[in-house]
Amino acid sequence: MSKSKFKNPVVKWIDYRLPIFSFMDHELNHYPTPKNLNYFWNFGSLAGFALVTMIVSGIVLSMNYTAHVDYAFDSVERIMRDVNHGWLIRYIHMNGASFFFIVVYIHIFRGLYYGSYKAPRELLWILGVLILLLMMATAFMGYVLPWGQMSFWGATVITNLFSAIPFVGESIVTWLWGGFSVDNSTLNRFFSLHFVLPFVIVGVVILHLIALHRFGSNNPIGIDVRGTQDTVPFSPYYTIKDLFGLSVFLSFFAAAVFFFPNFMGHPDNYIEANPMVTPAHIVPEWYFLPFYAILRAIPDKLGGVLFMFGAIAVLFVLPWLDRSPVRSSQFRPIFKIFFWILFLDCILLGYLGAMPAEGIYVILSRIATAYYFFHFLILFPLLPYIEKTKPLPISISEPILGGGSTASAFAVREKK
Amino acid sequence: MNRVSSCFFSRNILKLFFSLVIICSSNSSFAAGEKISYPQLNWSFAGILGTFDRTSQQRGLQVYKEVCSGCHGMRLLAYRNLKSIGYNDDEIKAFAAENTVNTINDDGEIVERPARPSDKFVSPYPNDKAARAANGGAYPPDLSLIVKARPDGANYLHALLTGYVEAPAEKNVPDGMYYNKYYSGNLIGMPQPLYDDGVEYADGTKATPYQMAKDVTAFLAWASEPEMEDRKRLGISVMLFLLLLTALSYFAMKQIWAPIKKQ
Repeated sequence: MSKSKFKNPVVKWIDYRLPIFSFMDHELNHYPTPKNLNYFWNFGSLAGFALVTMIVSGIVLSMNYTAHVDYAFDSVERIMRDVNHGWLIRYIHMNGASFFFIVVYIHIFRGLYYGSYKAPRELLWILGVLILLLMMATAFMGYVLPWGQMSFWGATVITNLFSAIPFVGESIVTWLWGGFSVDNSTLNRFFSLHFVLPFVIVGVVILHLIALHRFGSNNPIGIDVRGTQDTVPFSPYYTIKDLFGLSVFLSFFAAAVFFFPNFMGHPDNYIEANPMVTPAHIVPEWYFLPFYAILRAIPDKLGGVLFMFGAIAVLFVLPWLDRSPVRSSQFRPIFKIFFWILFLDCILLGYLGAMPAEGIYVILSRIATAYYFFHFLILFPLLPYIEKTKPLPISISEPILGGGSTASAFAVREKK
Repeated sequence: MNRVSSCFFSRNILKLFFSLVIICSSNSSFAAGEKISYPQLNWSFAGILGTFDRTSQQRGLQVYKEVCSGCHGMRLLAYRNLKSIGYNDDEIKAFAAENTVNTINDDGEIVERPARPSDKFVSPYPNDKAARAANGGAYPPDLSLIVKARPDGANYLHALLTGYVEAPAEKNVPDGMYYNKYYSGNLIGMPQPLYDDGVEYADGTKATPYQMAKDVTAFLAWASEPEMEDRKRLGISVMLFLLLLTALSYFAMKQIWAPIKKQ
């Protein structure tokens, strides 16, 4: 045994047999991290924080919740009214879902902008898309649990999508429901799955982190770390920066929880589910709206479902659609413009998802959907042939040194 | 150069993102009904620091009891909850005892007993079907959550209660329906509930329909969100703590990073 880095004898004794302290020291303390990360790299740790918040608040809620069509709505109201600080726990969980998605969407757009999905981080990216998919399933099933009008009708609309599958669709829907309509058995299984899926997410997050720590974080310039001069140890530099990011995040989150807790929700969900009364417009939670818009943009039911799932599926193969060796948009002038068009396109889709499916909204949805797929399936593979990228700096430390305009980087490169 | 531009981008992205959230959620909430604009009233409970007006709430309870409770239940509220709008234990006991609930005695017979503070508000009808049957097929909704369950709930409710006007000549109002300018479709099953001096306020406030609608809305807003005052009070402390934490962690970060930035 080489000389242990720990002074505490108990820690030393344990670490010799079970090196968890060495592991944590290596991965959380010394872990070399590019020193030029901007605030967009805060969102990974924020997503982790949001996940833990959701699990902890969710476990407490589950202790007071009753998964039965006759009691679910009232048990949630009992949490709001009679459980000590139940309103706080429930509003944290309810708004936490929205904030989790805000954080994760920013995290994904950051990855898109800085090319974080490119080699050797393809699996890291794919695991991330898998987490998104699991989050969506979990959030959808969680929204059903309060058994309000939107819970019930959202569940009816979304589960019915599977009936579009040829031949076996109807049987699959019956199987999902555990009956012939969304009913008590549906609520029960959704509760069960809503409880267990977050732990599956934790598992995939661990894989996501292992893949991340294999090559370390990408960075705003998108070039590889050349040596220790390009990195700083994770602690204290990024622990303190993550703490600052967390305080800012919590300030927004607390403002929502304490002052606007129902702002991102739908008033109809405070009406108990009633299979005999259909709401005028069935709208999903805001974080599903872009996908909902894609679903409704396609005039064919099966087509709509395929395009909706395709919108996520296309993200899985992104690393192979974008063949440009340059990662960061900073050096890809055309890619950068189209990135912002895609960003606005997604916002437009979100807006259209909230609007009724009629008139101009349908036409706009189709255009926006077409652009979404054009961007990934046609633009991404073609762009490297057209685009002239800017010269890359030679190392991360160079632009930080202050003298680093691209001209000087170019000069150094030519000298070589 | 790079740092300046990325900073500029980050600020813009954040702005865009939050406006996205605001656009989507505000639209999704009024997508559920036709766009009818209601008069916007000055509610004491609006805003970050808003609290309920106790006297208005107590008058509102009186309006609920004497007018609304004939048809509308409040099944999620218990009589004991009235403590937080300023009634004492004896008043609550007396208020509860005016109602009766069914119970099973030691001989296994169903008997009636006076309601206790721990009981939920007794609903006017034994079940939904009885409620419909007594109201020409229209179901008078439970009011426990009504302010939260409608977009812009407080203003909507006040508008609805004061929105009974003469129907325009071309509008056909069938029997058992009433014309209301704020109800979606304008035809509502509920007859006009509030008339001048429909109740007699103990504190001498003039009981106009406008005043009664305002009071009962204040009461129902509390019934929907009984935790609101606690929530806002705790929120202020939490926000102050977080501001301090943000400031401290910002300066700590700046200090820790100073040698790296100087390199």
